[in-house]
Amino acid sequence: MHEALSAAEPAARQRQVVAALAQVLPASCILHRPEETLAYECDGLTAYRQVPLVVVLPETEEQVAAVLRTCHALGVPVVARGAGTGLSGGALPHAMGVTLSLAKFDALVKVNPLARIAVVQCGVRNLAISEAAAPHGLYYAPDPSSQIACTIGGNVAENSGGVHCLKYGLTLHNVLRVRGFTAQGDAIDFGSEALDAAGLDLLPLIVGSEGMLAVIVEVTVKLLPRPPLARCVMASFASVEAAGAAVAAVIAGGIIPAGLELMDKRMTAAAEDFVHAGYDLEAAAILLCESDGTPEEVAEQVERAIDVLRANGATQIEISRDEQQRLKFWSGRKNAFPASGRMSPDYMCMDSTIPRKRLAEMLRAIEDMEAKYALRCVNVFHAGDGNLHPLILFDANDPAELHRCELFGAEILEASIRMGGTITGEHGVGVEKLNSMCVQFSTAELAHMAAVKRAFDPAGLLNPGKVIPSLQRCAEYGRMHVRGGRLAFPELPRF
Amino acid sequence: MDAHSADLRRLADQVVTARDSSTALEIRGGNTKAFYGGVPRGEILDTRPLAGISSYEPTELVVTALAGTPLAELEAALASRGQCLPFEPPRFGADGTVGGMVAAGLAGPARASVGALRDYVLGVSVLNGSGETLTFGGQVMKNVAGYDISRVFSGSMGILGVICEVSLKVMPVTPGCATLVFDIDEGPALVELSRWAALPVPLSASAWHRGQLFVRLAGARSAVDSVRQRLGGTDIDPRTASDWWQAIRDHRHPFFCLAPADLARGECLWRLSVPDTTPPMALPGERLVEWGGAQRWLRTTAPAAQIRDAVAARGGHATLVRAADKSPGVFTALAQPLMSIHQRLKQSFDPAGIFNPGRLYAEL
Repeated sequence: MHEALSAAEPAARQRQVVAALAQVLPASCILHRPEETLAYECDGLTAYRQVPLVVVLPETEEQVAAVLRTCHALGVPVVARGAGTGLSGGALPHAMGVTLSLAKFDALVKVNPLARIAVVQCGVRNLAISEAAAPHGLYYAPDPSSQIACTIGGNVAENSGGVHCLKYGLTLHNVLRVRGFTAQGDAIDFGSEALDAAGLDLLPLIVGSEGMLAVIVEVTVKLLPRPPLARCVMASFASVEAAGAAVAAVIAGGIIPAGLELMDKRMTAAAEDFVHAGYDLEAAAILLCESDGTPEEVAEQVERAIDVLRANGATQIEISRDEQQRLKFWSGRKNAFPASGRMSPDYMCMDSTIPRKRLAEMLRAIEDMEAKYALRCVNVFHAGDGNLHPLILFDANDPAELHRCELFGAEILEASIRMGGTITGEHGVGVEKLNSMCVQFSTAELAHMAAVKRAFDPAGLLNPGKVIPSLQRCAEYGRMHVRGGRLAFPELPRF
Repeated sequence: MDAHSADLRRLADQVVTARDSSTALEIRGGNTKAFYGGVPRGEILDTRPLAGISSYEPTELVVTALAGTPLAELEAALASRGQCLPFEPPRFGADGTVGGMVAAGLAGPARASVGALRDYVLGVSVLNGSGETLTFGGQVMKNVAGYDISRVFSGSMGILGVICEVSLKVMPVTPGCATLVFDIDEGPALVELSRWAALPVPLSASAWHRGQLFVRLAGARSAVDSVRQRLGGTDIDPRTASDWWQAIRDHRHPFFCLAPADLARGECLWRLSVPDTTPPMALPGERLVEWGGAQRWLRTTAPAAQIRDAVAARGGHATLVRAADKSPGVFTALAQPLMSIHQRLKQSFDPAGIFNPGRLYAEL
């Protein structure tokens, strides 16, 4: 009923919502004028934009609960937002909804070195946790590329990874407890400071739920002893196939490197141009294989890794001499995105996971797609865990290019599913990959995901329209699909 | 699962028949864990026809097995390629199955260093309460497509559906291993364990019992060798040490063996899950401490309320693992918003309430 009213009269709805929120929040915490709310119109996926009805910036947990209770009573959608660095549009506002910014929840509640945990509010930046733990010789392991800006709340919402997750796991594996509120405004806890909690293990549902099941305000993370030493082996290969085979051989040899990354030739060239790391520009692919731990461990693992890489056709091998050189090896990989930004006005970063053994096949398929869509693509790859990040280069000012780029991306995702993989390894579904969800999951499976959503949020008010496509949407996408990706009336905007 | 489509169809038919007649089903594999959780009841749904390793590629670090596969068969297949299930699931008998392992969600001595069973679940195929086959997750390491429903089946006690097939992340067996023993009281042992855990040492497992602390190191050979000298303690020969850890893992150590007479006089085995820095708990009974202090076993006749209150005060929870009388509830009761979510999840997966009723909570 509220929805019907609001659709007819957004201005009246806005007045009603602002008035209700003013009962529970200071005026300074409520933004509703266009010039105030415009800044919140998108997250890291800038292709999708929507100005929210209202933005609130609560300062206390009581205020968060009160905002949720108020919105629940009025039937207003709530979109929680951290730093806004997400890459799938998970924090895209709802036209008739409240964007709940948790930016003010940026306190480090405590670092307990004896228990090796940190309790932080959701708005604390990923890197700030490791910085606070550093005096104790500890750190927080997951290190997404955006770690200087992204917040732990967003990391929990997306189950963020990073370059070290083969050995140290994803956010899920490094979080003990998540505290927050339900859509109704009730306080709720998932996990505990012990290693498990009673009942069904709901932490894996909350982690990666993209703000659809609960609003997170505080996270307890595990801290690990910082490895005293890390060394990186950089190996060149004459073909992507050889590099892929070397990755499999490293794993088969019982080695779990701290990081195992692959860059293709074009990515290497772009990165070299940007950071001058000394990459081998003749190589078809470069592997970065990092080992960390005690000096003895590192020496043993580096020696074994080099043997395996040589035996698998590495044409050139370089081992980081010191920390400065190690960081240099990584600088190109870590700057893959800005380096690509220099090659093209825009790029779309894809994110899918495939079984490692299909890597070369996937890169060949992407080459064919480049011709098909007349767009260039550069590739970086978390080779250790099969997570692929093709960067499709395009010009967003050209609607035809944007459209081809989206079709290109969708085809990569579908190829990933065909190869036994998944449409997102670490960036989430958000709004970007709703159609691809229809390809990966059956109607019954999607219905169960929708039921999980209802179990946590019966009124469907938390971040509605994200992650789980409606069955109607899937039916429409399926119909378009039958025509082999070539749509009738391609000039019509559809996505 | 294609080779087993007829077996799967038979199980799905049994589910549909049970749903239509509101008959409770007791999902059963090797029947080695009937003692765990609420008392089983209902018509038996036997998962053992769904047996076999569906795919195993050591270079992908992934194995997929049908639920009725004997755990021993899976572990032997992994061992033949130098790999393992690092979380060391306890084996309460020779017949335990992969499905039972996942449904119970238990982990052994290495839990604190390598993670829980749920951390290794990559995907599941299940039958829901309407007999539909659903697949969640997959066979790749990183997957955030939709909610991570597959991992919720870990420790679900079978209440959400019949686990038919599971994909698990596996890891290489570590090359170096050593076990050290220290004569030390519980309090100082807990302090030492916390201190060591903050250092870059390859700590793999710990167990304290009756004035002795056993510490297992596992990792690169050179790292294990250098650390064992620094920590001190007495070295145990590898064969003896391995047998000892297996006995802890599988509850064959005498501490865990409650005779019928012990149970009859009201003695229970409790599992206390607490923050690892919790000082020794002032509870009567005999203790065995694992996971650096995070898992504390207690043999006692003390009343359930006393135990649960003491553990709750520390932010933990207590599970009644073995007892003649389970009326206090096997698992710690949940706060209302959480129980409501449990009830709605149960309702959506199993609307007729036929799967393992009461195995997790009486309400589910």
